[in-house]
Amino acid sequence: MGVGGETPGFLTSRLSDGIAWARKWSLFPYPFVTACCGMEYMSVSSAHYDLDRFGAAWPRFSPRQADMLLVVGTISHKMAPVLRRVYDQMCEPKWVVAFGVCTCTGGFYDNYATVQGIDRVIPVDLYIPGCPPRPETVLDALMKLQAKIQKQHHPLVGPVRSAVVGSK
Amino acid sequence: MADVADNNPVLKHLLDQFRDAIIETHAFRGDVTAVVESARYHDVVLCLRDDPECSFDFLVDLTAVDRLKLKQKPRFEIVLHLYSRSRNARFRLKTRPVPDSDPVIDTVVDLYPAANWAEREVYDMFGIRFLGHPNLTRILMYDQFVGHPLRKDYPVNKRQPLVEERPVHNDRPGMVFE
Repeated sequence: MGVGGETPGFLTSRLSDGIAWARKWSLFPYPFVTACCGMEYMSVSSAHYDLDRFGAAWPRFSPRQADMLLVVGTISHKMAPVLRRVYDQMCEPKWVVAFGVCTCTGGFYDNYATVQGIDRVIPVDLYIPGCPPRPETVLDALMKLQAKIQKQHHPLVGPVRSAVVGSK
Repeated sequence: MADVADNNPVLKHLLDQFRDAIIETHAFRGDVTAVVESARYHDVVLCLRDDPECSFDFLVDLTAVDRLKLKQKPRFEIVLHLYSRSRNARFRLKTRPVPDSDPVIDTVVDLYPAANWAEREVYDMFGIRFLGHPNLTRILMYDQFVGHPLRKDYPVNKRQPLVEERPVHNDRPGMVFE
């Protein structure tokens, strides 16, 4: 059946697709909210924009129960070890979303205190620009993340088409 | 100086008591400032708080200024904003700690408990030490941080990461200030 081989069989590739399908519709976000982007996160997670349509509505405030790390707001160098630890505590598979321009690049904070993008601390799957991003941007990003997850294959039942995200 | 003091009873009172310690005064539309010798700073604050003519019972803010690029001596200046609830009046007091290499000033935590964290912040950001402060440790930056970031000779975007940074694409050089 080509388990782990170059050419997967029909059955294992369907199984891998099925697992990816299940994963992308049951994202459990961990909101790592540090700054004003949090207001926009509240908006997007509330009824008006309704993240539950994408199965990503229920925030888990324990990193061990979450699989999507939403980093929402400026990360300072004092906060960076905390973010790193939360990321390390999450189980695979896990995805990281940089929410807002501060998490992407540091934004306009080119100063002594601010991390110039959280990808200097943890690997990032998706960058959402904006200061803050509009809820529509966040929904678009969530759909892009779902598309990315759909392309990822379970390492036991299919070849890894794109690198399994979150590994070192 | 005299005409300014004539218009303001608090300044007049302060000049009567501490004429030798007051370096300069300023008043504009009821917004009054006095600069005092650092040696008499604590006495002046005590007078401003307890004297019935002043009765500034509320410390609004305590902060500092690094005047390095203004080319003024001494380099640092402590700024206090005081408010009197009974008289609905405000007062700004400045003093200049010396020496520039290791500026030291008396604490006013014994007079205003609210000064505790404010003085810690000034110590953290400017490296000004407050003699007699009960817990003069960093309040904003982490203990491993070297230097005082709001000093004008601290590079504005010099960062001191706590975790080893991952290599990133498109690493752009930070802005260069002078």
